[in-house]
Amino acid sequence: MEDIAATVDAKGQSCPMPVLLTSKAAKELAPGQVFLVEATDTGARSDIPAWASQTGNELIESSEEGDVLRFYIRKK
Amino acid sequence: MTEEAKDPNSMTIIAFSGDLDKLWPTMILSSTGAASGMDVTVFFTFWGLFPLVRDDVRITGYDPMTKMLAGMNAPGMKKAKLSKLNMGGMGSWMMRKVAGKNKLMPPEELFDICQDMGVKMWPCQMTMDLLGVKASQMRPGLGEPVGAATALQKMSQSQINLFI
Repeated sequence: MEDIAATVDAKGQSCPMPVLLTSKAAKELAPGQVFLVEATDTGARSDIPAWASQTGNELIESSEEGDVLRFYIRKK
Repeated sequence: MTEEAKDPNSMTIIAFSGDLDKLWPTMILSSTGAASGMDVTVFFTFWGLFPLVRDDVRITGYDPMTKMLAGMNAPGMKKAKLSKLNMGGMGSWMMRKVAGKNKLMPPEELFDICQDMGVKMWPCQMTMDLLGVKASQMRPGLGEPVGAATALQKMSQSQINLFI
């Protein structure tokens, strides 16, 4: 796995916060950098991929461990 | 802009209701739209105008009737009521309590986030005149008051148009 430039901790947050925090983090990164989003809201399972496809950012990988959903995203 | 040239990344919401249950989805959709790179505009009209009044302003209006209407509609976002079973504030209090427990942000905080993200908030000039709501009584950072034609022009350019 590449270097993770930032981690978004949206654990415990409800819709729409995981997406809002993800968007905020993406704004602060340079194109090509990879960041990690962690969330526990099960809505994020579809919301983060939807956000990525809507904004053109690349969802590299997603995984689940217990209650935590993890998304690795490369900034466009 | 022609019909074919509608911007898929533009969303316009007509917020006509001041009810808490309508305010919430309006704020969630606008903030999420802005986070998804959309150009988002919310046009607040009729009952939808009351939530734009600052929470510290108790009453708006220019005569007994408009003042009474303001009293019945409780201006300000924090005082917004549920459209059904509000039960004198018990309903909205419970809803806010449940939302807090589930880490759902209250609409007034989502409103601030929306503004930070560049969501355009347009008050309806006609409603301001009708109900006697002054610009000085409303939240800061709103767009210039506009009318139906401006709202429709924006909608004709947006692919997503909602009436909430």
